[in-house]
Amino acid sequence: MNEQKFQEKIDLERKIEPKDWMPEEYRSHLIRQISQHAHSEIIGMQPEGNWISRAPSLRAKMILLAKVQDEAGHGLYLYSACETLGISREELVQQLHDGKAKYSSIFNYPTLSWADMGAVGWLVDGAAIVNQVSLQRTSYGPYSRGMVKICKEESFHQRQGYEIMAEMAKGTPEQKEMAQDALNRFWWPSIMMFGPQDSDSPRTGNAMKWKIKRQFNDELRQKFIDQTVGQVKVIGLEIPDPDLKWNEERGHYDFGKMNWDEFWSVVNGNGPCNIQRLDHHKKAHSEGEWVRKAARSYSNKQEIINA
Amino acid sequence: MSDNTKVWEVFIQSKNGLAHKHVGNLHAPDKEMALQNARDLYTRRNEGSCIWVVKAEHIISSESEDGEAFFDPSNDKIYRHPTFYTLPKGSKYI
Ligand SMILES: [Fe+2]
Ligand SMILES: [Fe+2]
Repeated sequence: MNEQKFQEKIDLERKIEPKDWMPEEYRSHLIRQISQHAHSEIIGMQPEGNWISRAPSLRAKMILLAKVQDEAGHGLYLYSACETLGISREELVQQLHDGKAKYSSIFNYPTLSWADMGAVGWLVDGAAIVNQVSLQRTSYGPYSRGMVKICKEESFHQRQGYEIMAEMAKGTPEQKEMAQDALNRFWWPSIMMFGPQDSDSPRTGNAMKWKIKRQFNDELRQKFIDQTVGQVKVIGLEIPDPDLKWNEERGHYDFGKMNWDEFWSVVNGNGPCNIQRLDHHKKAHSEGEWVRKAARSYSNKQEIINA
Repeated sequence: MSDNTKVWEVFIQSKNGLAHKHVGNLHAPDKEMALQNARDLYTRRNEGSCIWVVKAEHIISSESEDGEAFFDPSNDKIYRHPTFYTLPKGSKYI
C-alpha cells in the first residue's frame, strides 16, 4: 500500500521529502549514493590542494583556492542532504575512515604537474557536471536541491581548467607536452567516472524505477565524450584513443574499450593514492579535534552564562 | 552535548527589502560560528545582504505528507481571491 503510493508519487514526478514514507531500500540507496558523492567532493580537494602553494601566478592561485573552497561547500551541502535520511555527520565520516563508504576513484590518481590542474577542472569537473545536471531531477528533494545549487557553482570550475589547458597547449613545446601528458593520464579515468557499463551495473534497476538516477551511465558517458571531442580539437591536443571516431549513423562518437580491471583495482584500494588520500583525511580530522573541543566547551559555557 | 553537531538552518535575504529565504543548514557549536560558517558556505557569490541562523531544533514544521487536512479551513473560501467577484462592465482601476 505505502509502496504503491510512493511509486505513484515518483511516477508523477513529485519529490520525496525527508518526513515522507519511503522504502528502506530507497533510503539506504540514497545514503550510499549521497555520502559517496559528499566524500568525493571532500577528498577531491586533495589533488588540487596539492598545487595551491605552487600555482604559477597570483591569479591562478586565487582561482584554484576559490575552486577548492567551492568543493568544500559542495561536500557540506551533500552531507546535509544525507543527514536528512537519518544518519549523522559523525557516522558518515566514520564510514569513510573505515573504508565502508567510497568516494570517486578518480581522486586516487596523483596530480603530477600544473597541467593536471587543467585536466582535472576540465575533464573531472566536466564529467561530474554532466552527471550532476542529470541528478538535478533526482526524486529525493534535498538531494535535488543540492544538485541545483552545486551545478550553478560548477560552471566556472570546468572553464578555469580548460583555460589552463588551452594556455599550456599554445605555450612552449614542453608546456604543450605537459598538457598532452595530463590529457593522456586523465582521459580514461574521467570517462570511467560514469561507472560501469549499464549491462554490468546490477544496481541500476531500482535506482531508475525510483528515479534516483535519471539517465544510464552509458548515456551520460556518451554525452560527455561527444561534447568534449570538439574542445580537444580547438586547443590542438589529441585524445589518447585510436578507436575514437564519429559514427554518422548513431550521431555519436564511437570510442575504444575501457580498462575495467584497472577501474575495479583502483576502487578496491590499489590506486596510486588511495592510502595517502584516506590517511590525509584522518590526520586532518584528528588534528582538528582540539579546535572542535575548544569550540564545544566555549559554547557550553555560553549556554550556562545565558541560562 | 557530546559532540559538535548542533544544526542551524540558514535564511538569506538576497537584497534589501526582500524576505529572508531558507537556503539550507550547517553544523556549528555556537551562534557566532554559525553566522560565520553561513557566510562562508552560502554567500560566496554575493548571494545575500543579511543572514539569519536558527537552531534547527527550534523550528516547528507541519507534516509535508498527508497534511492536506491541516490546510482544509482555507480550501473552500474562494471569495478570498479577487477573481471571485463580478464587476460591472466598464469599471476600471479596481
Ligand atoms: Fe563539486
Ligand atoms: Fe567542481
